[in-house]
Amino acid sequence: MKDMRYFPRAGLAELIAAIKESGYRVIGPRVEPGQGGLAYREIAGVEDLPRGLSDEQSPARYRLHPNGSQRYFAWANTSSAIKPFVFTPREKLWTVVRKEGRLHFEANHEVAKKTAVFGVRACDLAALALQDAHFLRGAHTDVFYRARREKLLLVAVNCSHAAETCFCASTGDGPEVSDGYDLLLDELDDGFLIRHGSTKGAMIMTDLVTQEASPEQISQACAQGELCRERQTRALPEASRLPGLMQRLESPLWDEVAERCLACGNCTAVCPSCFCHREFDSPLLNGKHSEHWRDADSCFSEDHSYLVGEVVRAHTRARYRQWMTHKLATWVEQYGRTGCTGCGRCITWCPAGIDFVDEANKLLSAEEEA
Amino acid sequence: MMKTHNCYVPHEAEIIERVQETPDIFTWHLRFSDAEIAQHYRFRHGQFNMLYLYGVGEVAISVMSGDGENLWHTVRAVGRVTKAMMDLPVGSRIGVRGPFGSYWPLDIARGKDVVFVTAGLGCAPVMSSIRYVVEHRQDYGRLVIMQSVRHRHESLWEPQYEAWRALPNTQVLLTASRDQTRWPNWELGRVSVLLEKADYNKEECVVMMCGPDAMMRDTAMTLKGLGVTAANIYVSLERNMQCAVGHCGHCQLGGKFVCKDGPVFPWPEVEALMCVKEY
Repeated sequence: MKDMRYFPRAGLAELIAAIKESGYRVIGPRVEPGQGGLAYREIAGVEDLPRGLSDEQSPARYRLHPNGSQRYFAWANTSSAIKPFVFTPREKLWTVVRKEGRLHFEANHEVAKKTAVFGVRACDLAALALQDAHFLRGAHTDVFYRARREKLLLVAVNCSHAAETCFCASTGDGPEVSDGYDLLLDELDDGFLIRHGSTKGAMIMTDLVTQEASPEQISQACAQGELCRERQTRALPEASRLPGLMQRLESPLWDEVAERCLACGNCTAVCPSCFCHREFDSPLLNGKHSEHWRDADSCFSEDHSYLVGEVVRAHTRARYRQWMTHKLATWVEQYGRTGCTGCGRCITWCPAGIDFVDEANKLLSAEEEA
Repeated sequence: MMKTHNCYVPHEAEIIERVQETPDIFTWHLRFSDAEIAQHYRFRHGQFNMLYLYGVGEVAISVMSGDGENLWHTVRAVGRVTKAMMDLPVGSRIGVRGPFGSYWPLDIARGKDVVFVTAGLGCAPVMSSIRYVVEHRQDYGRLVIMQSVRHRHESLWEPQYEAWRALPNTQVLLTASRDQTRWPNWELGRVSVLLEKADYNKEECVVMMCGPDAMMRDTAMTLKGLGVTAANIYVSLERNMQCAVGHCGHCQLGGKFVCKDGPVFPWPEVEALMCVKEY
């Protein structure tokens, strides 16, 4: 493979240092204190990375276990995606000052920090592309999202380990990263393969001591990816069958899933592509100024579909149906592909252990039998 | 709007005049404070603005008529924001952002019969369109205006409807669904009663409709049964709108963002999902 370079494991500290020297704060996977899982948080250096840890995920379960290796990236994914670093869960949009009866509106200007995210997975990069389409490519650009997106440096790492909840192979988004990265790593037993996908990435690579990757190293990396693909046990129905969900809007299976669903919105909170947010005013008690904010919202919340004194989707059945049909069917009309990239977080973090993939498969097989 | 612009920020506007139309419906006459914004503001018939009340929030309200110098909005006090808005006296300042969304097909309707079917406050989003057709009477065929209310005393702009009734080649049909008394020039019953009496060319017409979801669904079915092509029926939908630019996700109806792909849709684009309960 063209431009593939190798550096030994000790070089990882140099890479992080090189990124920092370029003015970035570095975000990476680290064990979240008290939570027992991995999350993208600011890291000081290589010592904060989850060395020798693997994740075990299943419906409503996430555990980290020592794996006896020296590897930093022998896990599938983190509890939340990289979404919060671009589409923040809470954002001030503008402020209004009231003076002598007049209103003075002031736009909020977010000053984004240069941010490098280390250890990004294929599923999350694919989801970032979906969010780019939503927030940047319409007639109106979200200036807050764009400010952060432009300051982002993405250091991806190909997966070598699939969790039981992973299904990116079936959505076509992984386990190998295909594009959207600045730098891309493969972790081997004694070091890393590295290549760049942008000028920004190439600039950082010049600071790093690397050697040409050997054919054996490259084939080892490919074999890891293959193994990761083979180990995925879950699969969404093929894309061509997914529009069939829209023919199943009155299926009794929605009632069945609604009996288990708590409508808590965890799935939408951890989903790397979900974009819903609500706007609200936060007035100061002095009556002189008010701030207009937005918070991440969920189609599972009661007032998401509030409409002149009523709620369109009053029941959990209708909300679960909205979540699934939007993600797997109507998203295609909006952005040319489904809104699911196979990260499996909605399965892991559902407190009721509802398996999104299984539900979609059940709905579609019921349709075909009907 | 420029790509670098923060599209969420309103502009200040002043309430120049207010009319209490009914106990819970009022009309505002607004003007942007900034002369340049007022001058450049243009809306297309059927589009909406986001109106902001200090410290409370925004609501999506269709433009009833006017331009940036003289902007008219008719609002029903029904939620948190609109109830508080009803108390604002003339001279108060609010925020206005817009215009947003799609608009009525007045170009497509040219040369054809034009049929407006509205219920309740659904009459407000078509007001400017009716006026446009009246002003360009020679460009359009027959004009049929149907409006349904629960009680006649809740009806808006009756003198306006009576004036239209006098125009050539124009039919105005009004009905009150819950009145006991049958008033002159009024029918008793729902919109369906009017559909039977409306006289227009079913094959060469454009229907523009606005009202509650159920009313639009039933009316579209009836119209199709009468021989109106579904593609010639247009509806204006109401959904939860917060950002108005297709970002916040609340107004989605299947793959449509009602705020930017709508609120005006050709009926076939929304028919399937409008017929699914709670979708």
